[in-house]
Amino acid sequence: MQFKAMILDNAEVSPGYWRMRMTAPPEILEAQPGQFVMVRVNPSIDPLIRRPFGVFDVGLHQPAYTGAAPQPYLEILYRVVGKGTAMLSALHGTDLLDIIAPLGSGFDCGPAGEEKLIVGGGVGLAPLYLLARELVKDSPVRLFAGGRSKDDVLCITEFERLGVECYTATEDGSLGEQGFVTKVLEQRLDTTGNKGRIFACGPHGMLQAVAGIAAGRHIPCQVSLEGYMACGVGACLGCVCQGANHSSETPDYRCVCSEGPVFDVTELKWEGACHAT
Amino acid sequence: MQPDMSVEIAGLNLRNPVMTASGTFGYGEEFSRYVDLEAIGAFVTKGLSLKPRAGNPTPRIVETPGGMLNAIGLQNVGVEAFIQKKVPFLRTVNTPAIANFFGSTPDEYAELAGRLDAIPEVAALEVNISCPNVKQGGIVFGTDPGCAASVVTACRAATTKPLIVKLSPNVTDIVEMAQACEEAGADALSVINTLTGMAIDLERRRPVLANVTGGLSGPAIKPVALRMVWQVARAVTVPVIGIGGIMSATDALEFLLAGATAVQVGTASFVNPGAAQEIAEGMQQWLAEHGVATVRSLIGALEG
Ligand SMILES: Cc1cc2nc3c(=O)[nH]c(=O)nc-3n(C[C@H](O)[C@H](O)[C@H](O)COP(=O)(O)OP(=O)(O)OC[C@H]3O[C@@H](n4cnc5c(N)ncnc54)[C@H](O)[C@@H]3O)c2cc1C
Ligand SMILES: Cc1cc2nc3c(=O)[nH]c(=O)nc-3n(C[C@H](O)[C@H](O)[C@H](O)COP(=O)(O)O)c2cc1C
Ligand code: FES
Repeated sequence: MQFKAMILDNAEVSPGYWRMRMTAPPEILEAQPGQFVMVRVNPSIDPLIRRPFGVFDVGLHQPAYTGAAPQPYLEILYRVVGKGTAMLSALHGTDLLDIIAPLGSGFDCGPAGEEKLIVGGGVGLAPLYLLARELVKDSPVRLFAGGRSKDDVLCITEFERLGVECYTATEDGSLGEQGFVTKVLEQRLDTTGNKGRIFACGPHGMLQAVAGIAAGRHIPCQVSLEGYMACGVGACLGCVCQGANHSSETPDYRCVCSEGPVFDVTELKWEGACHAT
Repeated sequence: MQPDMSVEIAGLNLRNPVMTASGTFGYGEEFSRYVDLEAIGAFVTKGLSLKPRAGNPTPRIVETPGGMLNAIGLQNVGVEAFIQKKVPFLRTVNTPAIANFFGSTPDEYAELAGRLDAIPEVAALEVNISCPNVKQGGIVFGTDPGCAASVVTACRAATTKPLIVKLSPNVTDIVEMAQACEEAGADALSVINTLTGMAIDLERRRPVLANVTGGLSGPAIKPVALRMVWQVARAVTVPVIGIGGIMSATDALEFLLAGATAVQVGTASFVNPGAAQEIAEGMQQWLAEHGVATVRSLIGALEG
């Protein structure tokens, strides 16, 4: 659906990372973890095309005035990387945004009771919070959050509040284990004897490493991908990534926006360059 | 009285002059949740080839000031899958569907034209001639009048449906191309396809698009498109369909003044999925406000 959202809150949660809450129609409460939204940053032609962001959270908030009914809201978590995200970060409460949501297919949560391993790199954590909220209902959930430094590891307290056991790793050692978060993931898998199901989102290099771990240890694994998007609905064919059987002779491109953004790792090709990062 | 919005293109009656442009609207179904397909004049489906085509490696698109570059590489399902999987949807919509297609030799174009001619749900054919001719060293059909005419002649012989030829703007003289296509049997001309462009990533010292170059579309190309529509409309007798950077009803009406009988909305649908419908409604409102009884009276009505 397409709707006008009013910004309720837009705050910097860590240097360069922002969390925005906005109003949404009640249908937003049915958004599946892993789905995304397309945001028109402003009504002008600069920036021209919409920007995609994962659904960080949805819920009901209680407006301040007495007697008001609870209002549905949508939250995104974004990193300022360029023009559009810089403009978003300059918006304030009561500003309006044009949103198309929810789009794409979400994560398949798997059976109840099974250990769920969530792996997020930097702002890749964005679509994983709603997922964690869903998973904790019937399964033990562990989060492996990584980044360059402690500033890139976001919203850990929110995950902890859900009852998720959180493990962190930073490349500079400023928070948690020093090194890549995949190392911590492997340690956990070593202890449990490769049990569970992996859900990952983050930089392509991290996803590639996670896919390798999952394949090597025969663990089911889904990843949420990015691609440069113009339409978000499967019409422009700009956002594609390579399917498992892709080769130059037998090309196999998948639409990230309409067939993904969540894919089972076995559906994708991992050796070559899969998509733009 | 509501202003009369209907126009006719080569025997095809449209409830209003606004269509969606090929490659920006999928096969119609993708956008059907966001736009009332029966509120627009027609929609043009993604360019088809005889065999499915995979398209280019990524990145395939990048935004540029006021526009975007695309190098999708004409990825499409192929005519067979189009008939099996996409045509059933066309049947459910009471709006003409125009099939856009391309080939790499005149024979291929003709074969496709024949296949599409046999599909009752396809109201008209739009030939994309902005593709390389593999038989002639890859020269783009649409950049050589002789080459373009050979494609149009071949398609003309293969179909009795309205045959629209979509011109490439990447030429020295668009009028020469338009006249060659008209003489070869085109019933209408779509003007324009994307302008070839390029974007560079300074820090990486590399082209942004995997294909190096891509087609520029969006508001950035509107002045060029308007000029070409004006030039072509004065030089041919067949109807012209104006395309390029149309974002609003005002833009669309300007194209009509320049000589277009109808318009196509492309990139705008990405920005706002309801764009084509809103443009059609906005045009009608403008006519009403200005006491103009029929949209047809604006075609080529540029003064001065
Ligand atoms: C499905 C999906 C979900 C995403 N979720 C999040 C999220 O939750 N939080 C977050 O911070 N980021 C997310 N991103 C990335 C985010 O869309 C880009 O960072 C954002 O579009 C950059 O816009 P900009 O104008 O600031 O950057 P620009 O200056 O325009 O470009 C900087 C870089 O951003 C990327 N980018 C720009 N435009 C697009 C586009 N239309 N589509 C895809 N990538 C683009 C390109 O890699 C580009 O090189 C997601 C991307 C996708 C595809
Ligand atoms: C992503 C994309 C894909 C396109 N694919 C096709 C195509 O398959 N065949 C074609 O004739 N034109 C294609 N076009 C060109 C458009 O139909 C249109 O001529 C062009 O985008 C200019 O109009 P606009 O500025 O309104 O987008 C494509 C354009 C875009 C942006
Ligand atoms: S963004 Fe247009 S097809 Fe995926």
